Amino acid sequence: MTMYLTIAVIILIFIVIFQIAKASEYVSVLKGEETSRKQNNKINGFLMVAFLVLGLFGVWFCNEKLFGRTLLVHDAASVEGARVDSMLWVTLAVTGIVFIGTQIVLFWFAFKYQESDKRKVYFFSHSNTLEVVWTIIPAIALTVLVVIGLRNWFLFTGEAPKNAMVVEITGKQFGWIYRYPGYDGAFGKKYYKNIDAASNTLGLIWEDELTHDDVVTEQAMYLVKGKPVKLVINSRDVIHDVGLSQFRLKMDAVPGIPTTMWFTPKYTTAEMKEITGNPNFAYEISCDQMCGNGHYSMKGIIEVVSQEEYDLWMAKQKPYYFAAFPEKDPSNAKPSDSTKLVAKTMAKN
Amino acid sequence: MSNEAVLHDNHSHEHAHHDTFITKYVFSQDHKMIAKQFLITGMIWAVLGGFMSVLFRLQLGYPDSSFPWMEDLLGKWAKGGHITPEAYYALVTTHGTVLVFFVLTAGLSGTFANFLIPLQIGARDMASPFMNMLSYWFFFAASIIMMSSFFVQTGPFSGGWTAYPPLSALGDASPGSKSGMDLWIISMALFVVSSLLGGLNYIATILNMRTKGMSMTRLPLTIWALFFTAVLGVLSFPVLLSGFILLIFDRNFGTSFYLSDIFVNGVGALPNEGGSAILFQHLFWFLGHPEVYIILLPAMGMVSEILSVNSRKPIFGYMAMIGSLFAIAILAFLVWAHHMFVTGLNPFLGSVFVLLTLLIAVPSAIKVFNWLTTLWRGNIRFTPGMLFAIGFVSLFISGGLTGIWLGNSALDIHLHDTYFVVAHFHIVMGVASMFGMFAGIYHWFPKMYGKYLNNTLGYIHFWVTIAGAYMIFWPMHYEGLAGMPRRYYDFSIWESFKQFQDLNRFISVVSIMVFAVQLLFLFNFFYSIFKGRKVTTLNPWKSNTLEWTTPINPGHGNWVGEIPEVYRWPYDYGKDGVDFTPQTTPVGEEESQH
Repeated sequence: MTMYLTIAVIILIFIVIFQIAKASEYVSVLKGEETSRKQNNKINGFLMVAFLVLGLFGVWFCNEKLFGRTLLVHDAASVEGARVDSMLWVTLAVTGIVFIGTQIVLFWFAFKYQESDKRKVYFFSHSNTLEVVWTIIPAIALTVLVVIGLRNWFLFTGEAPKNAMVVEITGKQFGWIYRYPGYDGAFGKKYYKNIDAASNTLGLIWEDELTHDDVVTEQAMYLVKGKPVKLVINSRDVIHDVGLSQFRLKMDAVPGIPTTMWFTPKYTTAEMKEITGNPNFAYEISCDQMCGNGHYSMKGIIEVVSQEEYDLWMAKQKPYYFAAFPEKDPSNAKPSDSTKLVAKTMAKN
Repeated sequence: MSNEAVLHDNHSHEHAHHDTFITKYVFSQDHKMIAKQFLITGMIWAVLGGFMSVLFRLQLGYPDSSFPWMEDLLGKWAKGGHITPEAYYALVTTHGTVLVFFVLTAGLSGTFANFLIPLQIGARDMASPFMNMLSYWFFFAASIIMMSSFFVQTGPFSGGWTAYPPLSALGDASPGSKSGMDLWIISMALFVVSSLLGGLNYIATILNMRTKGMSMTRLPLTIWALFFTAVLGVLSFPVLLSGFILLIFDRNFGTSFYLSDIFVNGVGALPNEGGSAILFQHLFWFLGHPEVYIILLPAMGMVSEILSVNSRKPIFGYMAMIGSLFAIAILAFLVWAHHMFVTGLNPFLGSVFVLLTLLIAVPSAIKVFNWLTTLWRGNIRFTPGMLFAIGFVSLFISGGLTGIWLGNSALDIHLHDTYFVVAHFHIVMGVASMFGMFAGIYHWFPKMYGKYLNNTLGYIHFWVTIAGAYMIFWPMHYEGLAGMPRRYYDFSIWESFKQFQDLNRFISVVSIMVFAVQLLFLFNFFYSIFKGRKVTTLNPWKSNTLEWTTPINPGHGNWVGEIPEVYRWPYDYGKDGVDFTPQTTPVGEEESQH
């Protein structure tokens, strides 16, 4: 019912506006078309400058209201993210000046040079000096931005530091699977045709002994504060994207083509809760590449913790091998059955 | 049609006689009628596409409310008055596809290239009127097929307008990728054919059919812009088509161009190995980026013309304007991978694309400064067309500057696929081009229909739309700076993004209002065709270009008698104290050189 009422009201408003507009045409015939055209010109000229003033006020107001909700109010959570932020400020300064300057000039000119019987237009068809000036100045400004940008780009996409820990993250509709290499520090091989939705979500090849201590979890990715981490990014089905807004980085997950990304977490999750003043704060992994109907709910969690907490957490993790073959799990089997491998695992834990 | 006999005498056109309803309004080969067909079809799509955005904005603004009327309208796609994720993504996808291709490509260059090229270069029609007609009817067929995809059981395609495989290739990964996607590809393929037929025609016409004296450097900037647009389209659309053909093979014939190592939930591992999902993105963006300029250049051309006419001043830096169009057209082909910085691209390759991308800012800056200088010391008439042209410049600045952020890969790695991108391309490509299109409609409506649009409605249309467009898209930059991803149906589960709920509601309310004002424009348009104020002078804007030398309602063939000869460039406004000097006026003896 309200729907029809709304439509009726909208149509009514339309009719009123239309009648006014129609009447204005008759009025202009009465007043003389030229006179009324000039009046309209004055009104629009005034609106130009009014729009400029209100618009600049709006920009300021919008910033007042919204700046506090962006990520820029507190530090980036990664060492590399801090560089993104500083680059962002430089770019904002350069583009901000140009934005304000050109918008003022545009609307001010429109207002200032509105039609007037007194003005004789200035026939000014070209000027090489001017054109060279405004080719070179943008070119210089852009060179500066490109240099800053590329230095960061090569850092971000370059080799991860040697002491980086490696975590594999695999996207699937609609969630994330994390894999740690286990005590041997190496990932076992996998093949997608081995994937079993229940017992082998990544398709690990059990014949490869390196897989036997790999830890696979879908709960959360644990990272260590201050320790660089290299993510090896995969996808199981369609293209996803590991979006880490707090760390200011993202990278696509492409089926068949692993990608990598590295960064150094700067604050633990607990510290970020304090910094942001939000007790519910979490490092969220958002899927940033359209991946199907559940795209909007494809969330992962990263827990950044201290080294000690990380070691404690890792000690509680069971190799995925044991989930697939419970009979090989030493905690299920008699001690006499334990293999050499498991003994090793336990020693490590 | 009083001029038919004359035309006949001038043996210029074989179609001038015996127009039936069918040949005049349906299968017309008159470029002006084809232009109107493109325009009206484009407007229908714009309304549908805009309405789709209203529907999904309601979801974003009011995720907890239910709208019973939506269930009446969409049935199972809005059970309980609550739009489903499937429907949301289908609407977002179709909104993008139709606005980019059907409205801002076909509706913009289809309309104005067809309408203005013969009229402004002094030709009686296109090089091949028949091909021109086919171009429209391929577009029409594409439209019908795109619409029909809304009625298939599994719904229309819902994987985003960029149609990245594997999502777009696997019906099991998304219901929209079943028969909805087949229709989407067929529709797009027909659309590519349409734009190729059109583009070849535009190029041939501009190069071969200029009237006597109309050298390339005497062409209005609209024609230059439309020329580069057509070249871009002809060179890039075939690549998109090839990408789609490979996609059809992957979907239906078991090939693995784009597919590799895939395990689909509930289905199992697929046999495809060795393909590259990234290959499609290269093919897609090789069109996709020039496409941005296919959308933008016609608007730039028309704005240059309209700014000059209504400032009563020559366009500043005519040759620089052509040069910057040329530079943009070349660079448009060399920057496609800036859409792919986060795909795992080779970092060196990425750095080359950063450099080339930011280089585009230079010709863009030249254009902006030249437009500003055109206004300087002019005598500005605020016709509705002029208002929209000024609005275009404002929006082009605002959206262009954020391109400098996104083109710099190290920033893109943070902002990619967030609302910052949504804000950027809507302002610079969507709204700005739409403003160019409105400017063109208001300016050339008197030539199209022999009537004026209502000015007061035009003023209301402009001021509400520009204020609204900024209110919608400006705050989105902040959402992007918070990392808020695009194409999310609901943000309530996200600790990082849910702080924008009230803002999303505000944006939704404004977008509904702006949409309503577009309907007002639509009403103005159709009302004025029939009941608008009649045009009584040949040259209502006191313009120099050739289209205003034709009769008020030109017949097929455009000019009665000889096509006029051209003696000068089109921008002699205010020269030697003379308000305007049409291109057809011979150069006087004591006239100064510019």
